[in-house]
Amino acid sequence: MTNADQSGLREPAAESDRGQDGRPLQHAEAATQPVAVKAPREAQPRGAKIRGDRPIDQAEAAERFLAAPLHQKAHDARLWDLRSKRDTAAFGIPEWEELRELASQIKTHTLANLDRYLLEFEANAKANGVHVHWAADGADHNRIVHGILKDHGAKTLIKSKSMLTEECGFRHYMAGTGIEVIETDLGERIQQLDNEEPSHVVVPAVHKTRLDVAEVFAKTMGTDPENDDVHYLAESQRMHTRPLILNADAGMTGCNFAIAETGTVVTCTNEGNADLSGNVPKLQIHSIGIEKLIPKIEHLGVFIRLLSRSALGSPITQYTSHFRAPRDGTEMHMVLVDNGRSERLGMEEFWTSLKCIRCGACMNTCPVYRRSGGLSYGATYSGPIGLIIDPTFNKRKYSTLPFSSTMNGSCTNVCPVKINIHEQIFAWRKVLAEEHQIPLLKQGMMKAAGQVLSRPATYRAAIGAADSALKVLPRFAVYNPLNTWGKGREMPDSPRQTFHSWYKQNRMKKDGAR
Amino acid sequence: MSAREDTLARIAQNRPKGDHALPVVPNFAPLVGDDLEAEFGERLKRMGGRIAVPVPGEDPFAAVRERLDGAAVIASAVPEISGNRDLAQVARPQDLADVDVAIVRAVFGVAETGSVLFTQRELQVNAVAYLAQHLVVLLDPADILVNIQAAYRRADFAQAAYAVLHTGPSATADIEGVLIHGAQGVRSLTVILCPRGTTENATA
Repeated sequence: MTNADQSGLREPAAESDRGQDGRPLQHAEAATQPVAVKAPREAQPRGAKIRGDRPIDQAEAAERFLAAPLHQKAHDARLWDLRSKRDTAAFGIPEWEELRELASQIKTHTLANLDRYLLEFEANAKANGVHVHWAADGADHNRIVHGILKDHGAKTLIKSKSMLTEECGFRHYMAGTGIEVIETDLGERIQQLDNEEPSHVVVPAVHKTRLDVAEVFAKTMGTDPENDDVHYLAESQRMHTRPLILNADAGMTGCNFAIAETGTVVTCTNEGNADLSGNVPKLQIHSIGIEKLIPKIEHLGVFIRLLSRSALGSPITQYTSHFRAPRDGTEMHMVLVDNGRSERLGMEEFWTSLKCIRCGACMNTCPVYRRSGGLSYGATYSGPIGLIIDPTFNKRKYSTLPFSSTMNGSCTNVCPVKINIHEQIFAWRKVLAEEHQIPLLKQGMMKAAGQVLSRPATYRAAIGAADSALKVLPRFAVYNPLNTWGKGREMPDSPRQTFHSWYKQNRMKKDGAR
Repeated sequence: MSAREDTLARIAQNRPKGDHALPVVPNFAPLVGDDLEAEFGERLKRMGGRIAVPVPGEDPFAAVRERLDGAAVIASAVPEISGNRDLAQVARPQDLADVDVAIVRAVFGVAETGSVLFTQRELQVNAVAYLAQHLVVLLDPADILVNIQAAYRRADFAQAAYAVLHTGPSATADIEGVLIHGAQGVRSLTVILCPRGTTENATA
């Protein structure tokens, strides 16, 4: 271990690359606080158990994450650091709130006219010489991309990180086709090599420590298992991936913004791997969620200023890339994917979740997410945004997720496109309860709580007997095994006397009975 | 119905009702001071890039001379310096895998972020900006725009097949937040402030 102080923590400033003037740098996803996890080795907690369509038990997975304190503390600190960097960046712009409002309104306008903008995008992309495809759902997307690759006799595909292709289960589908898919984002590559889904939309391997990564790389790339130096690990990955990039038959990227007026796909990355995917192989494919449309280039002047500041606290990502037309002698394909989006557009309470630009700010600020890890949600999208998107894909499987929230509203406050996330979480609870999608135990809990809360006398009797509301009702509600956010937290000490009995004792006597 | 017709029909049926006008985006006051050169350089450094301001009459490439001298393969896309790998003769992007240093001119710079813009015209072979180990960028100080909003009012984005803003070198902090330059792309990016068409051709 290098640069370790006595506690075993290494200052990132001591390890991170420095700037021209020798000062430590904090751009990209860089941490400002030490997060290095010291030995002894602690096994990486794994994510939620997936059992077909059965409801995800997020609480169970969260409990295992909490039982790994080294991982949990590092995860919490790392994401809170990103949240703090975001605050500093946001406070540095006087028009921040105005930008959020503009971004929200531009998205509202675009979604309200999405059919028109999709047609405009398609026409312009075609005029640019791009092959445009439409995919009804994830399976359709995978078939289309597989077809393009087959037509070109492609055997290997390099790709940059894309939540959409995760959502489509693209890698899993391709595993059976004989075509090798190689993730080229470092975090995403770690996850691919470890056979895990990304745990965060921006930093996919944030739940892993350097020791975990060293173990994965030793197993899959033959690196020294005893060497957990981050520079060594990152450089090993670069050397290992470079020949795969050079020899790839095709490249693929996702899409952060799709510009209707020009038919352009915009990607925002830090590593340059999307640009390698789009500029090295002779065949390039861009997968686009239909909600990524924005009308004009000038609107990037709003969204680009918000995205990286919200995600990482840096003013912009290292690369902001605009792919409009194929290079000479190459082919460019764009796949417009619906996968439930046009359906969600009609959900009165939930359609604004389509505004999401996948910055991850709501995840970084969420106390439940930080303490349970993204994989505990057992879904492509985790954290607050996941709670309101996932049930649109599968109401039964993700029926428990909207309950994994403290409802503190912080997610809504940091959202750069002003999605009312916590209100939608609450609305989903109602919908799922009405449709009997929530588990019986939780239904029973809510029913009992409702009965107690709806009758003041019963409530007072209940808390009077135990001397404190916190000793009866919240324990019942908060520490119920299905109520995730109570895990690992203790409520504040309850007052010795209830407010009601204090009032009766002190005020009623003096002021006379009421 | 095809996926296209199906999606479009469902959108027409489901889209939020009402008049949701496209807002007019006002011109925001610049976040940076009047000295765009200094502002640009400071922000570029914060993003991991390097800035060089040549001394008039001296070697404009002084800041990267050591790097150039130590390089086996130099690909130059600018008339100010000649390399030993002719980008015009490159048949496949993969043939640039051994480039040590690439030199290109930026269309413009952005003071708010320390970014520089390239299109396929400046890069000649797009991949050179990622496959090279190090990137040297010439930027005319007169081409520094005040902010990102101003950048996106330029016609370059609508005209270029490929346009890219680089802000410092390739970077990652995907492992425990430790910042590393040269994740997949260039390990360093140095911007030399150098007016267009004034520097004599030098040899690398």
